[in-house]
Amino acid sequence: MPNRDRILSRVRSALGRSSGQAIPALPPPRLVIPTWSSEERIRRLQENFRGETFVAVDSDEARDFVASKAQGLAAVASNSSVLRDIGVSGLPNVQSGFVNRDELRSACIAAGVGISSASYAIADPGALVVLAGAEEERLISLAPPRHIAVVPADRVLTSLDEFFTVVPDPALESSSMVLIGGPSRTGDIEMTLTLGVHGPREVYVVIV
Amino acid sequence: MATAFQQQIHVALSDLKLQRTIQSATARFGEKRREVISPDVLPEYQELRDHASRLKKHTLDHLDYYLEMLEARVQERGGHVVWCSDAAAAVEAVVAIAREHGVKLAVKSKSMVTEEIHLNEALERNNIEPVETDLGEYIQQLARERPFHIVAPALHKSRADVADLFVDKLGVERTEEPEELTQIARLILREKFLSADMGISGANFVVAESGAVVLVENEGNIRMTTSAPRVHVAVTGIEKLIPRAADLAVFLKLLGRSGSGQPITSYTSFLSGPRREGEINGPDEFYLLLVDNGRTKVLADAEKRETLHCIRCGACSNVCPVYRRIGGHTYPGTYSGPIGAILTPQFAGLGHEPELPFASSLCGACGEVCPVKIDIPRMLLALRRDIKRGEAREKRWPIEKLAFQGWSWVMRHPWVFERAGLLAQVFLPPQGGDAWIRKGPGPLQAWTATRDFPPRAPRSFRRLWRERTGKFYKEPAA
Repeated sequence: MPNRDRILSRVRSALGRSSGQAIPALPPPRLVIPTWSSEERIRRLQENFRGETFVAVDSDEARDFVASKAQGLAAVASNSSVLRDIGVSGLPNVQSGFVNRDELRSACIAAGVGISSASYAIADPGALVVLAGAEEERLISLAPPRHIAVVPADRVLTSLDEFFTVVPDPALESSSMVLIGGPSRTGDIEMTLTLGVHGPREVYVVIV
Repeated sequence: MATAFQQQIHVALSDLKLQRTIQSATARFGEKRREVISPDVLPEYQELRDHASRLKKHTLDHLDYYLEMLEARVQERGGHVVWCSDAAAAVEAVVAIAREHGVKLAVKSKSMVTEEIHLNEALERNNIEPVETDLGEYIQQLARERPFHIVAPALHKSRADVADLFVDKLGVERTEEPEELTQIARLILREKFLSADMGISGANFVVAESGAVVLVENEGNIRMTTSAPRVHVAVTGIEKLIPRAADLAVFLKLLGRSGSGQPITSYTSFLSGPRREGEINGPDEFYLLLVDNGRTKVLADAEKRETLHCIRCGACSNVCPVYRRIGGHTYPGTYSGPIGAILTPQFAGLGHEPELPFASSLCGACGEVCPVKIDIPRMLLALRRDIKRGEAREKRWPIEKLAFQGWSWVMRHPWVFERAGLLAQVFLPPQGGDAWIRKGPGPLQAWTATRDFPPRAPRSFRRLWRERTGKFYKEPAA
């Protein structure tokens, strides 16, 4: 018997079920959403996120902040329209618009800073949501030692519960979603906190 | 004669450096966990545990349904599902995938199930180099040791140990700075990520409705493993399924807090199939290996099915007075700590590790901290019962059963108990001071081999009680 049928028949006989048997309805997911104002959400994000946060009043301020953190460094930016709109993609030291895998990889490895957008930010627990796709390559928020993420203020959600209400199935949006809670870290040697293991040691969130 | 397990216990107990390391690391984990689940920061903690436990039960009770749903969804998104009934089938499948794609080098992220099926050894035999990329696992791989702790594989190694290992195996200049040691690993492993042909991961959760694997980490090595190479192979036990992505709202709140004391870890990846149109980087192929390897046996035992709820957070080890003394390497099998004591005998068969469920004081701490409410103490008792029942008749000692029946009767009759205590004075004269009894008579030596019996108190508790309250304990009517 092929492995598939063998395992399924073992499972069914263990459970006393038959093939195609219906299951009782599953209760709805437990999603409890707090009612926090926009200010409250941003305040909590700043408090909870284990990286630095910056609130920009407009696109220019956001771009200037990104420019200051990318100054003197080779930078790679994603193809995100958010970055294009605020003018980050046009900064002189920023490489963007990759179409080739090898070029993207070597640029990300050589870069001192990676600039991406985040589809959402979550106030509690403090996290960014980055969905990979034509606008966001996975390596940009991962390979360079510094990561700057730009997120529109109206995309700051209260909680994981609200996120899964807004995006009930991330698989419909992207092949790869990542929740980023802060810099890459480890405690594997004597439980000593060390940053920047395989991902960035510094993470900045710019809220526009 | 002492068994191998008992000998290992003595080795661990007499290693003072090891004792200090385990005690302090597990205490830190315990403190951090308590901070982030305390009622003022997470008032809904108990409700989340109930919910998580119910979700796991529902999924396991209808596992065939969710497995078929998962398979369909993975295939819809261009992934492949490979069913593996045992360890041999699983390693064979990984080797076959590696051959098909001409893989010479495979990067791996931490995965208990790949330890369980001894994947690395099999890959090496087939001339495929497996490289562990979690820092703790990398250290363990260099030392050729298995993980010491489910969450912190190299918990028992000091910075000097790691420094020696790096000098010896990597030929680097000696440093004991964790920061510098980590950077050495970063540089070496980055090369591996970029040149590897295949990335192998485990899965913390597998979402049936989404056809996705969920991976929780802090270092970024899992993100590298699953996005740099052309092929991603995720290996998972069939018990890791959850119905919907939205159920993660419950599980993610529990896993990080219980495992490492974090409200959320640095990275939580939700991966559904190979890269899609428009993405220029990311795997071209995605394989999901569904491994049984003894899990359906546990599933068939309704009494102990909840063993499969485990989300491998390691919280039970951190609070276990036995794990905290004997450490992870003393446990036979892949899984250590209280969960290992109930998983290993069920996976391997009761006859294989009959001592494990007895390696517990039944203090109940493991059950209390389990985020998915596995009643580990009850499972331990049930396994003890099954093991005793299964023992060959000639190994049983009929007098033992009789003795315990007698003991049980005495304990239920206070009047008899007190008279028995008086009788015991004949055998146990008061010796004063620290006169603990270190060697019991006859068969009781088995008991005193690992414990001391306290000397008889000059006056019994019952006598003191009567003297202070003037009351007699009344024996309940029979």
